[in-house]
Amino acid sequence: MTVVGWLQIILFCVIIVALAKPLGWYMTRVFGGERTFMSPVLRPIEAGVYWISGVDERREQHWLTYTVAMLLFHIGGFLIIYGVMRLQAVLPLNPAGQSAVAEDLSFNTAISFITNTNWQNYGGESTISYLVQMLGLTHQNFLSAATGIALAVALIRGFSRASMRTIGNFWVDVTRTTLYVLLPVCVVYTLFLVWQGIPQTLGDYVETTTLEGAKQTIAVGPVASQVAIKMLGTNGGGFFNANAAHPFENPTALSNFVQMMSIFAIGAALTNVFGRMVGNQRQGWAILAVMGVLFVAGVAVTYWAEANGTATMHALGLTGGNMEGKEVRFGIVASSLFAVITTAASCGAVNAMHDSFTALGGMIPLINIQLGEIIVGGVGAGLYGMLLFVVLAIFVAGLMVGRTPEYVGKKIEAREVKMAMLAILVLPLMYLGWTAVGVVYPPAVASMANAGPHGFTEVLYAFTSATGNNGSAFAGLTGNTLFYNLTLASAMFVGRFFMIVPAMAIAGSLAAKKSVPPSAGTFPTTGGLFVGLVVGVVLIIGGLTFFPALALGPIVEHLAMNAGNVF
Amino acid sequence: MLREIRPAIVLLLVLTALTGLVYPLAMTAIAGAIFPAQANGSLIEKDGKVIGSALIGQQFKSDKYFHGRPSATLAPDPNDSTKTVPAPYNAANSGGSNLGPTSKALADRLKEDVDRLKAENPNVAVPADLVTTSASGLDPDISPEAAQFQVPRIAKVRNMPEGAVSQLVAANTQGRLLGLIGEPRVNVLALNLALDRAAAK
Repeated sequence: MTVVGWLQIILFCVIIVALAKPLGWYMTRVFGGERTFMSPVLRPIEAGVYWISGVDERREQHWLTYTVAMLLFHIGGFLIIYGVMRLQAVLPLNPAGQSAVAEDLSFNTAISFITNTNWQNYGGESTISYLVQMLGLTHQNFLSAATGIALAVALIRGFSRASMRTIGNFWVDVTRTTLYVLLPVCVVYTLFLVWQGIPQTLGDYVETTTLEGAKQTIAVGPVASQVAIKMLGTNGGGFFNANAAHPFENPTALSNFVQMMSIFAIGAALTNVFGRMVGNQRQGWAILAVMGVLFVAGVAVTYWAEANGTATMHALGLTGGNMEGKEVRFGIVASSLFAVITTAASCGAVNAMHDSFTALGGMIPLINIQLGEIIVGGVGAGLYGMLLFVVLAIFVAGLMVGRTPEYVGKKIEAREVKMAMLAILVLPLMYLGWTAVGVVYPPAVASMANAGPHGFTEVLYAFTSATGNNGSAFAGLTGNTLFYNLTLASAMFVGRFFMIVPAMAIAGSLAAKKSVPPSAGTFPTTGGLFVGLVVGVVLIIGGLTFFPALALGPIVEHLAMNAGNVF
Repeated sequence: MLREIRPAIVLLLVLTALTGLVYPLAMTAIAGAIFPAQANGSLIEKDGKVIGSALIGQQFKSDKYFHGRPSATLAPDPNDSTKTVPAPYNAANSGGSNLGPTSKALADRLKEDVDRLKAENPNVAVPADLVTTSASGLDPDISPEAAQFQVPRIAKVRNMPEGAVSQLVAANTQGRLLGLIGEPRVNVLALNLALDRAAAK
């Protein structure tokens, strides 16, 4: 570890905190339907979209209607992606002549993108045409992100409203998020990325003859426009197989730094939106503080482990840390930081290969996802995931003093706690259950790339990443098989929707409750005690759930490595 | 509930067209007009022929050129399309080795490469990036230490003074942005082109 390395990490944290307030202010106005400086340009488009699709923007929805609208929207999105992938060979904008994508891979990819997972069982440049990249993947990068944000805002309305039956209008929330937040940022961001060197072209792959006379085919495409939303919307599905490690997806140290910022920007700002909407910004800062504590602890461990390198490298006298699967322009620190960010948020883009991380360095990304990606988290998903933990923490606090717990003026009762537990418990069921199958079923075992405990971790990471809708991978695992295409798709589906529906049920139930003014007996939820309590609940629930699995994977591998074993 | 069907279809199609066609195509037109070189892949021409991209690494095997990092990229086996064969710096199929910290295959490969490099330059510690594969398999850069490590070989093969080769390395080294962000690095293709130009003089 170096001083310059830590300064980069500190600079990153400072910028994220500084961005939260102005971005939170802007987004609060957008979700509230107020005028913004973009309105003169965008309001006519917005009104036109509502008119043509028959949306009455003043009519709000019950939580059940809101949820059904969201689900219908996803069915349509699924059909579009599946359709364009299956028809790829006969559709235009396919200069590399890619053939139709197989049924199981198309199914997996369509589920992967509507759930904001963006798991890559497909190879990018070797599998997908430009049209599918744009019409299939880029479009769902926007809409799955907009959906996540809309759902978080609906849940916040549950907290901020009193005695109301409705929690907003899904169509309006999605449209406004797309038009006023995601698109304008992406237009500017795309141009920045092209300036840094990311291609944006519909031209053919480039045939070159290298300096030594060999042939090299260089894949290009409309990359920048997709990378912008892939990061901002915490999607993470790469244009290329190597994702953000590919020089055309992440050409410079600056592009890397800005990409890291854009993964966290909206998620962090949503905590400020929460504070503003419930009438006290300090409530938002307290939640961001919980996230910050867990984040910095994770960065410290991964950075230390990667800078330290592996036993094999020490024995050979190699200096410079564990550079296997990392790019020189990012080095140890920016690769470690990126890995923790991408898994703390549910982004899943990678600028280094997590499979080649040291045992402990690679364990932190795994833990981040297993905690439910609540450390900033996916756009929207992170906030509603964190609020579920807050509900539990408040419940625990209430039990300790024997009082009905309250949070931002709402009584937390049996229904909310049951729903929060359902959402939190269904995740380990998916990733632990499928991992158990994956390590004994012979065709699944054959997919492992590494032997020994590392192979187990590859399988555990795959199902954890899918359930958490992250999308990063221990990529040695051959995921494009019938078994993994179907099981991973089921994990992604359950991980997304079995979390969303209970969260929306909580939103509806809270919105209908009266607001109780704080009294002398109310537990203050803006101070250090609250932050400590939530961190504790997150770690205890998480630790009890997945510690045994971690002991079989990364922990035993670390011990084996130090004992000089290779597999 | 039934009145949600129409928005579910029409709104989805409108937003899909906007974000999946209008946005990427408009950005392609604008980016191509403002930054044509980058938008097309930062291609480098020499004597009127495209010899590569400034951002994409290419393989150097000859002793007279600086070598990049090992690359783990693959290509379909020409004899059996269900299998793959090693194809270093295949810029149409990026990827890393994905070998883990306790992998025997990785340990063996590292040992073989370190032994080979030690024979070439026994006096200096082997820089890690010179024997590890990159994440993309297309890393265009090596560390300044990795370039410096190869200076004696280049000087000998090209019959140039070591100081002159070292100067070329220094001139092609990019530092951290603002002294803070990123890592110092040397673009191998740019360095080798500079080397050819220096030799031609």
